Amino acid sequence: MGQIKLEMVHYSLYYGNFCALRDISIQIPARQVTAIIGPSGCGKSSFLRTFNRMNDLISNARVEGRVFLDGQDIWEMDVVELRRRVGMVFQKPNPFPKSIFDNVAYGPRAHGLRDRSRLEEIVEQSLRRAALWDEVKDDLNKSALTLSGGQQQRLCIARALAVEPEVILMDEPASALDPIATLRIEALIRELRENYTIVIVTHNMQQAARVSDYTAFFFTDESRTGMLIEYGETKQIFTSPRDRRTEDYITGRFG
Amino acid sequence: MNDPLFVGQGFPSTRGQYRWERLKQRLAFTLLWASGAIAILALLAVVITVVLRGIGIIDLEFLFTSPRGGISGEGGIFSTIVTTLYLVILTLGIATPLGVGAAIYFVEYASDSHGKKVSAYMVQVARFGVETLAGVPSIIFGLFGYILFVSTLHFGFSLLSAGLAGACLILPVSIRTAEEALKTVPRSYREASLALGATKWQTIWKVVLPAAGPGIATGIILNVGRVISETAVFYVTLGGSYKLPSSLLSGGRTMALHLYYLAMETKAFDKAMGTGVVLIITIVVINLIVRYLSAKLAARG
Ligand SMILES: Nc1ncnc2c1ncn2[C@@H]1O[C@H](COP(=O)(O)OP(=O)(O)O)[C@@H](O)[C@H]1O
Ligand SMILES: [Mg+2]
Repeated sequence: MGQIKLEMVHYSLYYGNFCALRDISIQIPARQVTAIIGPSGCGKSSFLRTFNRMNDLISNARVEGRVFLDGQDIWEMDVVELRRRVGMVFQKPNPFPKSIFDNVAYGPRAHGLRDRSRLEEIVEQSLRRAALWDEVKDDLNKSALTLSGGQQQRLCIARALAVEPEVILMDEPASALDPIATLRIEALIRELRENYTIVIVTHNMQQAARVSDYTAFFFTDESRTGMLIEYGETKQIFTSPRDRRTEDYITGRFG
Repeated sequence: MNDPLFVGQGFPSTRGQYRWERLKQRLAFTLLWASGAIAILALLAVVITVVLRGIGIIDLEFLFTSPRGGISGEGGIFSTIVTTLYLVILTLGIATPLGVGAAIYFVEYASDSHGKKVSAYMVQVARFGVETLAGVPSIIFGLFGYILFVSTLHFGFSLLSAGLAGACLILPVSIRTAEEALKTVPRSYREASLALGATKWQTIWKVVLPAAGPGIATGIILNVGRVISETAVFYVTLGGSYKLPSSLLSGGRTMALHLYYLAMETKAFDKAMGTGVVLIITIVVINLIVRYLSAKLAARG
């Protein structure tokens, strides 16, 4: 599997008394794409939002177990530092109501960078990596809200890349996009894999098969508690799943 | 019976009942139309009366000379315009930072406190207080201001006393409007900012406040209108001097207060009306600005 980037050990997540994720242990490899699949409500987003501690914002959320980034406990790290290293792209494109430039420069500025020419460099480089530069290079001062949905999502990816993260978490990043924009995002993910560790939630099985190296299948029963059922190389999960439920889900026998 | 709505088997309606329904609908419509018309006529009557009686008196001299006092109400309204302006700046300058600050605390900090039951409870109490104060008659704020600022703190009848009392008056609305404005900022903006490693304060300062800006501005401008039209509070805190105020501790009179004095204590009724026209025009302009800002806010979704 190579170098381990993220690791969960006996991790459980509760919202109040409700157990959303139970006893998850998983190792996520560096510079690979790991897809998280499973029916809606099985805890995929909750799982993803653990790695950058976004669940900390939910007042009644409580965790058990441990989570590591490069072997370091994420709850012993400074949360700002953690989120700089672990970026996130949300389901619905959510650019700020600011210019394209200011969107991408937001993170570096928040981390104290003031030098204009350095900011310009970062903005260009990030937009290039997000495959958006050619479309917007002439109107960096235009409001980000004037972009199309697909462009907005690539802008959000550029914005995440601008703080030079090591990990990028993506929560169904293409679910609000049309098929062409979706394919662009998928191609982009394959490229980003060279330099970043990517964890992507998707409910689209073909997408998981197309973009990922590893796949984790989450499932839930009547208790609504999410469990990690099966995890392995994407090829193995899709061709010879070991668990009956994985097979049923992949072949479409569940919703 | 070719009306498709009334031929179905399950409907006992007859042609007669249908007519009766239609009549009721007409009647209701007519009544509503009439009340709308009467309401608008009443308001127009007020404005037209004031404008007709007052417009003739307005000229540059009226606007740019100060009142000279006396039973005939000589002079213009210059010092009252200036005093009104000073008070607007003073009250808003005090109430806006406090109101926005309190709203930020309520919306951004206290509401998502991790199990801090006490602060959540305190916020509820504070909210209730704010809502109650928003409905208290303004003279109460005036009397409070008189007791605390004019007499206990010895600020006397002055811009300072009036500004502080006026700030208390508009503070509840400042808080409420700022709170509403902050709540309209999508959660996704805050999440995006935090996920980039920005601190909570950076998120508020660079994303939430700018996005809430038009809403907060609307609240500010509404309060400007409120200060301009307020009389009771300033009647008991500002004194009534018609001279140009020279310092924070000078007394004075606002346009609205001047109008009151003119009408009650002089024979210069036309001048009172003229002052009223200037007031009305100011308020209309302010409301147009509010509408413009709200439309801008709504357009942004
Ligand atoms: N803030 C929250 N408070 C309480 N329950 C929540 C919260 N967020 C999610 N849940 C619940 O946790 C479960 C998992 O949700 P989620 O992680 O969003 O699943 P998925 O992304 O797989 O659809 C669901 O049953 C959901 O209702
Ligand atoms: Mg989800």
